[in-house]
Amino acid sequence: MESTAVKKKTMTLVQAITDGMRTMLEEDDRVLVLGEDVGKNGGVFRATDHLQEEFGEDRVMDTPLSEAGFIGAAIGMAVNGLRPVAEIQFLGFIYPAYEQIMTHASRLRSRTMGHYTVPIVIRAPYGAGVRAPEIHSDSTEAIFTHMPGLKVVCPASPSDAKGLLIAAIEDPDPVLYLEPMRCYRSSREEVAEGKYTVEIGKAKKVQEGEDVTVITWGAMVPVAAQAVKEMEATGVSCELIDLRTLYPIDRDTIAESVQKTGRTVIVHEAHGTGGVGNDVLAIVNDTSFLYQKAPVERVTGFDSPVPFFSFEDEYLPTPARVKYAIEKVIKF
Amino acid sequence: MENDFPIKMWIDENGNVQEKEYKEVVTEKLTRTFYQQLIRIRTFDRKGISLQRQGRIGTYAPFEGQEASQVGSAMALETNDWMFPSYRDHGATMTFGHSLKNILLFWNGRNEGCIPPEGKNIFPPGIPIATQLPHAVGAAFAEKRKGSKNAAIVYFGDGATSEGDFHEGLNMASVFDAPVVFFNQNNGYAISVPMEKQMNTKTIAQKALAYDMPGVRVDGNDVFAVYAETLKALDRARSGEGPTLIEAVTWRYGAHTTADDPTKYRDQLESERRREEADPVLRVERLLKNQGWFDEQWAEEVKKQAAHEVDAAVAEMESFPPVDPNDIFDHVFAEPTWQLQEQKQQYFQAKKGVPVWNQQQ
Repeated sequence: MESTAVKKKTMTLVQAITDGMRTMLEEDDRVLVLGEDVGKNGGVFRATDHLQEEFGEDRVMDTPLSEAGFIGAAIGMAVNGLRPVAEIQFLGFIYPAYEQIMTHASRLRSRTMGHYTVPIVIRAPYGAGVRAPEIHSDSTEAIFTHMPGLKVVCPASPSDAKGLLIAAIEDPDPVLYLEPMRCYRSSREEVAEGKYTVEIGKAKKVQEGEDVTVITWGAMVPVAAQAVKEMEATGVSCELIDLRTLYPIDRDTIAESVQKTGRTVIVHEAHGTGGVGNDVLAIVNDTSFLYQKAPVERVTGFDSPVPFFSFEDEYLPTPARVKYAIEKVIKF
Repeated sequence: MENDFPIKMWIDENGNVQEKEYKEVVTEKLTRTFYQQLIRIRTFDRKGISLQRQGRIGTYAPFEGQEASQVGSAMALETNDWMFPSYRDHGATMTFGHSLKNILLFWNGRNEGCIPPEGKNIFPPGIPIATQLPHAVGAAFAEKRKGSKNAAIVYFGDGATSEGDFHEGLNMASVFDAPVVFFNQNNGYAISVPMEKQMNTKTIAQKALAYDMPGVRVDGNDVFAVYAETLKALDRARSGEGPTLIEAVTWRYGAHTTADDPTKYRDQLESERRREEADPVLRVERLLKNQGWFDEQWAEEVKKQAAHEVDAAVAEMESFPPVDPNDIFDHVFAEPTWQLQEQKQQYFQAKKGVPVWNQQQ
């Protein structure tokens, strides 16, 4: 449910995330924020700036440098009545906690038939494009969408960021909340003050169009939007969809759009093989095969490790690559 | 270093009380209670192996030989404490109040086996080694934040100390002063790998030094020593003094699981020798005899009762309703996603034998 509060404030995406955490720390005593450097330092991206001053060390906790340890501890806290929001500094550093997420956080409800549940949120900045050091630019959302029992969300705009974060904190199940670090401060928008949610599992139509559907999420939304804008100038009408949730994907919005346009381009910065784009493609196939006037095109990162930043502009999908794919499905 | 961590013992292998001051605790009543509990879990364990051999349950992980560690530690807990067992600790969970039927259901491949009785804080068995340690720290931290006096105990073996989660768990507990007891059962082997190939330290208790917490080594076949040291560690936890690492030195007589053959990697005569000399149940029996508290008829009654209770649990397990495939789909999330709903629908459709092509979408 999207509900709007009256007062609005202009914010960047990272400010909206802070605002979402602050709103929930105020609202619900069970909520606590934990992670490396989230206290005095306010997190490496300042997403938790001043929260420890406001809420104290018991609510905003610096943990040892111990991803498996504090995600594991967050599971124990959640089972015992708390609502932990854990920050991983970069998605590329989440892997030590992979086991805790895969074998416990996402599975405990199933194992115990609902007796124990794990309402935690794991926040992780992801993606390339900010000239970060090696390993800081991974976009491995697909290894988490493959994990039964875990929801994965990825906002691209400040107001979605806040609403999705609050929805994730209130969700009764574990949610991985991916933050496109490239978008942290790249734009501002009006964000409603106070508490509101953006429903998990609902995509957003960023732009209506007739000829082709471009489906993407996170940091690729502005890239695709640029391509769409340039294509519109040549007379191609494009519909742009921001998935916002990567599991469970909004099948209805995809089907409705690709049945209308009959042409589909999927854009993500993660490696192509095994990427979430393939799940989108499966939805197009399952729901709209006979509506397609051209094979679905995917514009993705390569099946290489995310390269050192001197190559990242080559690795990341660009408006030019997206335009090339749009032209290909149009001209098929 | 080994000398800095002497093995604490209350009752020696011949059933003699080691120190005069222990006599106040070693009462007839407590000794009889321990004997009952030890017999009870041993009876269950032997039944577990037998059921597996007959194909009535799945692979089973026996704990025979480790009964004193499990009974002594579990009896030290208060009713609202938290227990985080590994897969070899159902002797402890049943002593703490888990349902025998549910434990059997777990070994028979049923999720119901992971559900503790109402009001009991018993986590499902930790399967990937040492992953349960951070959970105990988190649950204990939450108790501390609530301002309760409840503590958590977490069980793990000697092999678990090589895992990263062991270090992360102990370190976090130490940093957060979490009210948790790390209860290690050092049974000498991690499946086939002996302790000397697992670590270069002679003790596990000494690892506590790295976390500035007490490390205690205790005779894991001495139920009184285990009980006393666990009580002490729990008292520390409850009074805000933080975590403790206990190393209970013990021995598993049998295989890692019923799918394993221990004669491949160790001399099973060692197990037989230990049965004679250091058995945890025999030790309490000898104590009872030395104190003049042993009564043959009573002992027979204890064994009969245990057998009766276990048989009743087996009957309950075997008359439990068959699995309901809905359960595969219905507990993944609070509300099943459309994917799960669709997969469930297709599964039932196919099961009915109706060709999918003939169905309206």
